[in-house]
Amino acid sequence: MRKMLTIISNILRGSASRNGARVVVSARTYADFTPQATFDIKKCDLHKLEEGPPLQAVLSREEGLQYYRTMQTMRRMELKADQLYKQKIIRGFCHLYDGQEACAVGIEAGINLSDHLITAYRAHGYTLTRGGTVREIMAELTGRRGGIAKGKGGSMHMYTKHFYGGNGIVGAQVPLGAGVALACKYLGKNELCVCLYGDGAANQGQIFETYNMASLWKLPCIFICENNKYGMGTSVERAAASTDYYKRGDFIPGLRVDGMDVLCVREATKLAAEHCRSGKGPILMELQTYRYHGHSMSDPGVSYRTRDEIQEVRSKSDPISMLKDRMLSNNMASVEELKEIDVEVRKEIEDAAQFATTDPEPPLDDLCNHIFYNDPPMEVRGTNPWTKLKSVS
Amino acid sequence: MASLRCFLRSGKNAVTAVLRREFHGTPPAAVQYIGVTVRDALNQAMDEELERDERVFLLGEEVAQYDGAYKVSRGLWKKYGDKRIIDTPITEMGFAGIAVGAAMAGLRPICEFMTFNFSMQAIDQVINSAAKTYYMSAGLQSVPIVFRGPNGSSAGVAAQHSQCFAAWYGHCPGLKVVSPWSAEDARGLLKSAIRDDNPVVFLENELMYGVPFEMSEEVQSKDFLIPIGKAKIERQGNHITLVSHSRMISLCLDAAAVLAKEGIECEVINMRTIRPLDAEAIETSIMKTNHLVTVEGGWPQFGIGAEILARIMEGPAFNYLDAPAVRVTGVDIPMPYAKNLEDNSIPQIKDIIFSVKKTLNV
Repeated sequence: MRKMLTIISNILRGSASRNGARVVVSARTYADFTPQATFDIKKCDLHKLEEGPPLQAVLSREEGLQYYRTMQTMRRMELKADQLYKQKIIRGFCHLYDGQEACAVGIEAGINLSDHLITAYRAHGYTLTRGGTVREIMAELTGRRGGIAKGKGGSMHMYTKHFYGGNGIVGAQVPLGAGVALACKYLGKNELCVCLYGDGAANQGQIFETYNMASLWKLPCIFICENNKYGMGTSVERAAASTDYYKRGDFIPGLRVDGMDVLCVREATKLAAEHCRSGKGPILMELQTYRYHGHSMSDPGVSYRTRDEIQEVRSKSDPISMLKDRMLSNNMASVEELKEIDVEVRKEIEDAAQFATTDPEPPLDDLCNHIFYNDPPMEVRGTNPWTKLKSVS
Repeated sequence: MASLRCFLRSGKNAVTAVLRREFHGTPPAAVQYIGVTVRDALNQAMDEELERDERVFLLGEEVAQYDGAYKVSRGLWKKYGDKRIIDTPITEMGFAGIAVGAAMAGLRPICEFMTFNFSMQAIDQVINSAAKTYYMSAGLQSVPIVFRGPNGSSAGVAAQHSQCFAAWYGHCPGLKVVSPWSAEDARGLLKSAIRDDNPVVFLENELMYGVPFEMSEEVQSKDFLIPIGKAKIERQGNHITLVSHSRMISLCLDAAAVLAKEGIECEVINMRTIRPLDAEAIETSIMKTNHLVTVEGGWPQFGIGAEILARIMEGPAFNYLDAPAVRVTGVDIPMPYAKNLEDNSIPQIKDIIFSVKKTLNV
């Protein structure tokens, strides 16, 4: 029976490519794909931890397809943002995440949506994994009323449920994240907070203040340093006396993780989450990752690193390619299937970009709104004494 | 309603203040007045709000086991325990950020700065993480937090511990900034601040902590709230308007008492809130008195008085002024230590009297 269905599906696929019609190969029950496989993942360096994550990860076909789709969506979304920025449709700051997709997707795979997460300004990927849609993310970048923050926040200030941004001041999000963790502990709902920062931020004093308090009060906080080797234009060797970011928490146990491998990130996150939920207090993860773009759109990204280096990472360690190769070589998906996902993703991005470029800007009436929550309407002074603008909550 | 006067000998230890009461007519027979210090009013307000809402908690240096550096949180740790009254290490930026994060995630923190001078270490969290977030998120993320602590000059604590931050915080949209004077102010405004769903900077004054005020039964009730954004007329008068906040109200009332003997009746307005500023109350008063003097402890440049004068210039009350409005402020210098120098660095009663007479041209 299975063989016959395979033949039929092959025929259908064949005819589909001739006619250009799309055939959905849902494939779960009747295609002969491997439902799940086990992969070796890199060992994590440990600091004050007895045991690290397992050296193998189990990936199901469903999970694989989902991670692939999300990472690809993230990738294409960031590349589209690059395009729109160069066309001057996106303005101001735009910090792109391409290359680091495995971090955002792997972390989300290790926690629940009911957990909490906060990061810095390279936040588009997390806005997506935390429940934002590509449409509302792109429309926020282009400053339109359909944006996730109605156009009032921009690239660095996007929020969803249990996602606290998007924060522009380097390092400030770390105490905030510990505060969220404090609330988790206080309210007793067994939730935790993932608190991200970069290698540049890792030297901030307030982070060490936060390590101290999180550890003292045993806050359920996973500190994650996304080490992409450069804090803006400064390489880690030039910025940090110790580049072992996973050890910088001192009394906080830490682990260094291959941030280009979504499975490695996922397993490490699961371990970290278990640590927090069991009441042991905070834990620190360093994700070794890489960004293809410069620090932001105003940084070409090649004055402080070579194009060869970027190319090398792309060819040898790209997170999406790594996942794709794993799935294909283990017969967990077909080339066509993944291509189809690519096509769907491209369409989603195109539609979103279309929306983001045609949606109108926020109405001027909205200028002074959202100053205070749950307050009666008030007057706000305009640019001159005769201009009194209205503000509602 | 009894009018209350509180006499304070300027520059001296506030604990020795003497309370005098004057009655205009007979008060209602059953009204119970009790004497309550500003410190106790703050303590009771926090106690009641901690009891009322489980999400409220207090954090700061020495707030728990030490009973508060200025004893404002005395007894609270004993009653509520470690979970709700939290001693922090001396790391303002860190714990202010933690407080803001907790507020974002559904709690209602009271973050105490031992003095607002130390809030400068954490000012990024107050402004960029707390004040601006509701706007940046277009209403998705609110921050119900209170930052409180003593503000402004004290006695003999010198330059780094004497700055007034009313103007700095009052500058920023997204914040409410409150500056109580009396025990009633402290109680009603702190309760309102804690119940407010927005970031509130609550500027207390160390020299006022020990000053007792009479508190009526109404004010003692658990749901007594003073609305943020509304000034109060502490003393009625026809000849000139004095606008002030915090401890300087005591000096204004003292000056008004002296001037009354010479037939000059001052109207003393207690701002109570710095932001949003109750310009209407000031304008209404000027339309009656035609003269304005503002009094503050902080520095003159870009200060509270500067803002009030600018608003009066721009508003309907300008045409009612018979003389330029002026400001009485702290001297434009870092605060010195020596007593005589310190006394001459902040407004004294004689400075207010002098400015009033100059404005009235008498």
